[in-house]
Amino acid sequence: MSKYLVNKFLYTVDREHELTERYRDDPAGTVAWWERERACMILNCAVAESTTWLRFTDEERGALATHDHVKLFELGAHPFLTLTLWIAMFERDFDEPLGMQLDYARKLAHVTQPYPDITT
Amino acid sequence: MAKLVAILATTHHPFYYKTSRLPAEEAPPFAGEWVGKVAAYRETLTRARPDVLVMVGSDHFHQLWLDNMPQFLVGKAPFYDANWENEMREFGMPKLLLKGDEELSAYMLREGLDRGFDLAFSNELRIDHSVTCPIITVRPEADLPIVPIYTNIFAPPLPQPERFVKLGQTIREIIDAWPSQLRVAVIGTGHLSLELGGPRQFGPTGPDPEFDAQAVEWIGTGDIDGVLKNVTLESLHAPGNATHGFMDFMLMMGVAGYHPADYVDNLSLFHTMEAYFTWYPNPELIDPVLPTIGAGA
Repeated sequence: MSKYLVNKFLYTVDREHELTERYRDDPAGTVAWWERERACMILNCAVAESTTWLRFTDEERGALATHDHVKLFELGAHPFLTLTLWIAMFERDFDEPLGMQLDYARKLAHVTQPYPDITT
Repeated sequence: MAKLVAILATTHHPFYYKTSRLPAEEAPPFAGEWVGKVAAYRETLTRARPDVLVMVGSDHFHQLWLDNMPQFLVGKAPFYDANWENEMREFGMPKLLLKGDEELSAYMLREGLDRGFDLAFSNELRIDHSVTCPIITVRPEADLPIVPIYTNIFAPPLPQPERFVKLGQTIREIIDAWPSQLRVAVIGTGHLSLELGGPRQFGPTGPDPEFDAQAVEWIGTGDIDGVLKNVTLESLHAPGNATHGFMDFMLMMGVAGYHPADYVDNLSLFHTMEAYFTWYPNPELIDPVLPTIGAGA
C-alpha cells in the first residue's frame, strides 16, 4: 500500500489547473506520466533531490487510471483530497447544484463503518 | 498586561461568502436567516473592540503536507496572503491580504515552547478558509493584525482531544500574561458532525444531528469534563468522517475555561450545522448593546 503516494497524486493534480484538466481528459496517460516524472519529487526540494523508491501498487494505479473514486475510498486515499479533485473535474457535468457530490455519495452508499483507515 | 476581550468559537462554512452576495432572486431559501444570524454574531466581536486577533484553524491540505506535517503550528510573519486557487474555484472565496502581529506570534511561540507545546512555526504562511471564513463573517473589514494557529485535525495520527483542550488553556495563559496594552480576541473555527468524500456527505442536514445537539450543549455550557469524557479520536469517526474538526471547538473550550458561553446560536443547514459561540472573560470591557433605533415603535 502506498496511500501516501495516492494522496500526493490527488494533491498535486488538484493544485495545478492544467494537470487537473489533463487528468480529466486522459486519466491513464496522466497517471503513467505522473508516476514516471512526478511521483518522486519532494515538493519543497529541487528536482535533483528527488527520492527514488515511490511506486503505486497495481490496484492503486488502476483505480487512479479509471477515475474509480469508490476504489480509492476503499484503499484509504484521503477522502477530502479525492472529493476536492472530483469536484474540480466533474462538477461541471451536472446541472443540479451539488449533483456531482450527491452522485459521488450514492456510489459509496454500500460503505459501512468503520471506514478504511486513512493513516499514512 | 493584555486584555482578553472576547473568545469566539464557530463553524467555518466556505459557501457563506458566495451565498451572502447572491441577489435575492437567486439566493437559496435559507440565505436570509443565515445572513441575519451571522450579522448578529458579528456584533458580538464588534462590541469587544479588539486590536489583534488570534485565529485558530486547520489547513485543508493547502500548504501543510504529508512530507512534513506539524501537529500545531503558529504563523510568525508580518503579512498573510489568504485563500487558495481551489477555494476560489470551488467556493468563490476572495483573495485577501491580512496583517500579522509578529510580536504576539513570537511571544506565543516562546511561551508555548516553555509551557509544554513544541510548536512548529512558519515565516511564510498562506492561510485558508478555516481562518478567512470568520474574517469574512465577523470582521469583514479584514483590518486587524492576526496570529494564525493551525492544528492538525486532518492527517492522522492526530493529537488526542485532551491536547487540544490543553493547548487552548495554554493559549489563554499566554495571552493573559502577554505584556501589552492591546485588546486581544481569540477566534477559532471547527466543525460539528461533518462528512466529506463519504456516503453521508451533503445530506439535508449534518450527518449526525444528535451529535450536533450534544456538541452545542457541551460548548454552550462550558462542559469541558463532559466533552473529554465522551469524545475520543475513535468516537469522532461515528458522527462523520471529517468530524475531527470538532477538536478545534474543544481547543476553544480550553481557551474559554469552565464557563458557559455568553452568546450561543446555531443554524441547521444542508451538509452541516452552523454554530456560533462567544465568551466575554471580562464583561466590563465590552460595549453595551445599543437599542435598535425604531425598535418597538
